[in-house]
Amino acid sequence: MAGIAMVAIGLLALVYGWIAGLESNRIYANLHLNSFYFVSLGLIGLFFVAVHAIAESGWQVSMQRVGEAMSMFIPVGGLIMLIVFLSGGMHHLFEWTHEDHLDHILIKKVSYLNQPFFFVRFFVFFAGWVLLAWLIRKTSRQLDMNGDLQYFNRLRKYSALYVVFLAVTSVVSSWDWLMSIDAHWFSTLYGWYVFSSMLVTGFSVLVIFVFVLQRMGYMKHVNDEHIHDMGKYMFGLSIFWAYLWFSQYMLIWYANIPEETIYFYERLKYFDTIFYLNLIVNFALPFLLMMPRNAKRVYWVVIPVAVLIFIGHWLDLYQLIMPGAVGHEAAGIGFLEIGLTIGFIGLFMLVTFWGLSKAPLVPKNHPFYEESLHYHTNY
Amino acid sequence: MNKDYITAYYYDEDVLLKAVRQLKEKGLEVLDVLTPFPVHGLDKALGMRRSRLTRVAFWGGAIGAAVGFLFQAWVFTKGYPLNFGGKPFFAVPSFMPVTFELAVLFAAFSMVFAFLIYFKLGPGAKTVIHDERITDDRFLVVIGVRKEGNQQEIEQALKETGAEGITHNV
Repeated sequence: MAGIAMVAIGLLALVYGWIAGLESNRIYANLHLNSFYFVSLGLIGLFFVAVHAIAESGWQVSMQRVGEAMSMFIPVGGLIMLIVFLSGGMHHLFEWTHEDHLDHILIKKVSYLNQPFFFVRFFVFFAGWVLLAWLIRKTSRQLDMNGDLQYFNRLRKYSALYVVFLAVTSVVSSWDWLMSIDAHWFSTLYGWYVFSSMLVTGFSVLVIFVFVLQRMGYMKHVNDEHIHDMGKYMFGLSIFWAYLWFSQYMLIWYANIPEETIYFYERLKYFDTIFYLNLIVNFALPFLLMMPRNAKRVYWVVIPVAVLIFIGHWLDLYQLIMPGAVGHEAAGIGFLEIGLTIGFIGLFMLVTFWGLSKAPLVPKNHPFYEESLHYHTNY
Repeated sequence: MNKDYITAYYYDEDVLLKAVRQLKEKGLEVLDVLTPFPVHGLDKALGMRRSRLTRVAFWGGAIGAAVGFLFQAWVFTKGYPLNFGGKPFFAVPSFMPVTFELAVLFAAFSMVFAFLIYFKLGPGAKTVIHDERITDDRFLVVIGVRKEGNQQEIEQALKETGAEGITHNV
C-alpha cells in the first residue's frame, strides 16, 4: 500500500511539473536520472548474487534473495527509460541528436554517437541484463528445489557471464546515458566512477531491504555477522568511490586543459552546494561514522548511513546530469525532483517485494546455507 | 614471564578448543595458547578483550594526515613558495596524495611500534620458545601455577583433556 501511495506521489509530481510549465528538459532529465538510478540498483542487486557465487563465498546466501528480487526492476526501469527516449527525450537530453548543432568535435564522434547505434546498444544492454537476470534467478530457484550441485555450477557459470558482461556494459552505458550529455567532454575514468557509485548504493539499498524485512518479521536468520560484512562493503566502497572521484578531479584540475576543466568549472560555479555536499555525504560521513568496528554491526548506525549514501548518490547523479541536460538557470530541486524520486522508490519497492514473494526468503537447500548461518567475523 | 608455568600440547584444534574451555571451567589460569594458525572461537574461549591496536592506527593515521597536510601548507605558502603552472600556492587538491600517503605510513608504523613496545618484542628481545613444533602442527597451552603450588591439579586436568608433552617450568 505504501508503495502504491508513493507511486501516486510520483505521478502527481510529474503532472505538477507538466502543469506548472517547468522546462521539459527538466522533466525529462529527472525521469532519466531516476530510471538510470533505479536500474543500476537492480543491476547491483544481481551483481551481489553473481560476484559471491563466483567467489564461492557462503555468508551472502542468507540474503541473496533480496539481491535477486532487486534485479526484477531492470526490465521495468528499462521500459521507462525507453519511453523517455522515444517520447522526445533524446532531443531534450542529448545535444548530439541535433544534427544542426554538430560542430567539428561532435562531427568526429558521429560514428559512435548516432541514434540508430545508440538504440542498438540500448537493446543489447537490456537484452543481456534481463536474460542473465532471468537465468540466474531461475537457476537459483532450481538449486533451492533440490540442492543439486549441477545447478550450483550452472549458477556460477551464468554469474561469471553476468559479471563480465556488466563490467563492459556498465562502463559503455554510462558513456551513452550520462557522459554523452556533455558530448564535448570526456573522461576515461568516468565509467568506473559511475560503477563505483552504483555499487555502493546498491549494497546500501540491499541492507535497507534486509532491515525492512526483519522489521516485518522475516529473515530472522540474518544476524550481526552478515550486517557487519555489508557495513564493511559500504565503508570500503565509499572510500573506493571517493578515490575514483578524486583521481578524476585531480588530473583534470592539474592538467588544466580548458575543454576538460569546463566540466568542473560549471559545477563549481553554479552547483557548488551540491558539489561539496556530494563529497561530505558520500565520503566524509560514511568514512567517519562506519570506521569503528561496532558501528558496522548495529542497525542504528548502518541504516542511517545507508539512507545517507542513497540520498548522496542521487545528488551525485544529479550533478552529473543536470548541468549538461538542463543548465543552471532551469535546474533546481523542488517538488518535481523529490516527488518523482519518491514515486520511483515506491515503484522499486513494489517490484522488489513482488519479486520477493515469488520465492522462499530462505534458500534452505543452497549448499552454503548452513555455512552462512554459522558465519563468523571478528574484525 | 616471571611466573611458574606448565606447558602442554594438543594435536587437534577442536580438542584444543574444548580443552581450553574445560581448563577455564576448572578455574585454572590459561596464560596463553600458541597455535600455528588462527583458531576460530579461541579468542572467546580465552575471554580475551578485543585488540586496541585499531585505536592506535586511527590516531597514528590522523596525526600522519595532519602532519602531511600542514607541512605542505607551510612549505608551499611560507617556507619555499614556488609557482607550479600558475596554480595557487595553497593548492589543496595537490596536497591530497601526500596527505593520504603519510596517513597510511603513520598508521602502519604506529601499529607496528605500538605492538613491539607493548609486547616487548623487536631486535634484541628475549623470547621463550616453548616448543618449536607450534609453528608446524602442535597447539600449545601455557598454564600458570599458583603460589601455593597446584601442579598436581593442573597435570591431572591436562591429562584428562588429552594433552601431551607436559613440561614444568618451575
